[in-house]
Amino acid sequence: MGVFSLDQNRAPIYEALNRYNEARVVPFDVPGHKHGKGNPLLTDFLGQTCMNVDVNSMKPLDNLCHPVSVIRDAERLAAEAFGAGLCFFMVNGTTSSVQSMVLSVCKEGDKIIIPRNVHRSAINAMIISGVKPVYVNPGVNHRLGIPLGMSVKDVEKAILDNPDAKAVFVNNPTYYGICSDLSKIVRLAHSHGMKVLVDEAHGTHLYFGENMPVSAMAAGADMAAVSMHKTGGSLTQSSFLLVGKNADLTEGHVRAIINLTQTTSGSYLLLSSLDIARKYYATKGKELCAQIIKSAEYARDEINKIGGYYAYSDELVNGDDIFAFDKTKLSVYTRDIGLAGIEVYDRLRDSYDIQMELGDIGNVLAIISPGDRWKDIERLVSALSEIKRRFGKDSAGRIDHEYINPQIVLSPKEAFYGDQEVLPIMESAGRISCEFVMCYPPGIPIIAPGELLTPEILENIDYSKKRGCFMTGTEDMNIEKIRVIRE
Amino acid sequence: MELWFSEYHSKGAKMSILIDKQLYSGQSDFQRIDVFESPEFGRFLTLDGLMMLTEKDEFMYHEMITHVPMASNPAIKRVLVIGAGDGGTVRELTRYETVEHIDMVEIDEEVVDVCRKYLPQTACKLDDPRVHLYFEDGLRYVRTKENEYDLIIVDSTDPFGPGEGLFTSEFYGNCYNALTENGILVNQHESPYYEEDAKAMQRAHKRIREFFPVCGVYQAHIPTYPSGHWLFGFASKSIDPLSFDADRWNSLGIKTRYYNTDLHKGCFSIPNYVKELLEDACSN
Repeated sequence: MGVFSLDQNRAPIYEALNRYNEARVVPFDVPGHKHGKGNPLLTDFLGQTCMNVDVNSMKPLDNLCHPVSVIRDAERLAAEAFGAGLCFFMVNGTTSSVQSMVLSVCKEGDKIIIPRNVHRSAINAMIISGVKPVYVNPGVNHRLGIPLGMSVKDVEKAILDNPDAKAVFVNNPTYYGICSDLSKIVRLAHSHGMKVLVDEAHGTHLYFGENMPVSAMAAGADMAAVSMHKTGGSLTQSSFLLVGKNADLTEGHVRAIINLTQTTSGSYLLLSSLDIARKYYATKGKELCAQIIKSAEYARDEINKIGGYYAYSDELVNGDDIFAFDKTKLSVYTRDIGLAGIEVYDRLRDSYDIQMELGDIGNVLAIISPGDRWKDIERLVSALSEIKRRFGKDSAGRIDHEYINPQIVLSPKEAFYGDQEVLPIMESAGRISCEFVMCYPPGIPIIAPGELLTPEILENIDYSKKRGCFMTGTEDMNIEKIRVIRE
Repeated sequence: MELWFSEYHSKGAKMSILIDKQLYSGQSDFQRIDVFESPEFGRFLTLDGLMMLTEKDEFMYHEMITHVPMASNPAIKRVLVIGAGDGGTVRELTRYETVEHIDMVEIDEEVVDVCRKYLPQTACKLDDPRVHLYFEDGLRYVRTKENEYDLIIVDSTDPFGPGEGLFTSEFYGNCYNALTENGILVNQHESPYYEEDAKAMQRAHKRIREFFPVCGVYQAHIPTYPSGHWLFGFASKSIDPLSFDADRWNSLGIKTRYYNTDLHKGCFSIPNYVKELLEDACSN
């Protein structure tokens, strides 16, 4: 292994793929499409360039399961760019990054302190591993109906009540752009010998922009799952798993955990996209982030000028469960024009050909990135203005049950593998759920395995369904039946 | 030496014009702007390599986009023109003494500057005291207007480029809201002939119909535009363009080279294949 100098203008995987193409290698290995020649229909659709680099691991291209050359160099560059000790290229989504974090620091029966408004991937990690969650209920903004960050006081109480917990899990930021006081949580957890795992699925830009909320690595967290594909410009399903510089975790251990579930045929389309996206952000990130904020701020101003809509920003910051707000997020509260967020979300797509990231009961959310053109932002603002004019009604009133703190009876694993029966959802009040129910996006469970189905929860599920949220989670594709613990 | 300007009208057809010399070439924040001198068409302006107007045939386009709505409602006083940086549409509008106020919104100030310098034939009336120029996005401008204009003329580029936002439902809805109760919206409506243009034409027609009770299409022959057969959209809240007072318009004594009141009646009669395209657009 030669010495590789860390130059962020380099992109080792990309460079190796170019060398591979120039060598005009004759492929007698997989994939069987052989640079696309074996599947002309697909080549016509995806393009020759794409097919040329959809290749298998080989000596000049390294191997994701055991990287010793170009992938290793690319991971080192990414670690440096993110201020991390180690970086792992992930090709099975940030879901696999989140699961690898939990499995790296917890074993069966261990406890983890975790906010309840996590993505389903975190709870799934507990089903796989038998790790037990100690939930910290997030704050809730009752006007907007959104879950917030964790208050430091609540985290401290959970730590003192559960001194044997192995780790604290933090969203940074939430889907809606809300950040907890990560630095303080890290100090608190470390002083009690606990690790800090951070879900930064929506936080790539925190590493590159100016005046952003603090990133996990800068705050001293032990591990972070960063969805490079969400706002960092790499291809869907590609992600980074970061390990902090001072974290007491070895590369070999984390790699062994990742290799439990990760494919042995890592896609070079995904790997090269991570490499190139890292180079782009490492060299241009500051300007790119400034541009994102400028676009988002402009859109917020214009949307708030329409009247009725509330595009919120850092005025929400309260020093506690909204410790910081990520201004690249464009969330808009819609209920004062008489429409649920999901109704505005559907209108935008069906009548105006505009696809938003998510619509929930009270809000629509747009992802703003360097890929947005000014005229696209103008279209979004104008379409919102039209929706209000054409379809607006009297205020739809406040919702105070958008986010409900759950009552935990069993661990996710106990419920998932428990003795079960199937009931109609609306007749399941008082029973313990063995399944998830959630709107997707955002993928935050309304109910998770091991939790009590209360009338309030059922009402929320019913309301979300009637408003047209895309519901998922149960084995029953129509979300009418649910598996519960047999009594 | 032969120097030719060529523009693809479809993937398999292009039109070429012999160039005498290039007078201007520049890249603005929005598009590439070029002005050429040609023996056949005089000077002409292209944006991103697409023909906008030539000195020789611009009268056909500008007269038809302006006089059809103006003859349809002699009471028009306040007009909004979107796009039209070359000034040709404004030039025709200023010929009506009854027009009191013209707002022109063009996203690209450099187009106007270039046209003032190289195409005075069309830009000659931009300094008329009734004309007010705004250099901003048309979609943004019209968003906040309510009940302000008797006529909106959308003289835009194609729906792939800076003019993209001017072919959307949100734009047509905003225009409806900006118009007075007898308001008329006229837009350049692409060509029905080549497939890509025809699809854009259908989309525009479908969207405009969602907002306006009166919604028609009229045609003109413009030699330098793809296929030479061009359409305009005529949409209004109440006014029927065919029940207009021809004598009244003729008494104004406006001298035109393309438009006349007989053509006004005839230009709404469109070929069967175009009728079918429009019907298909609405049934899908």
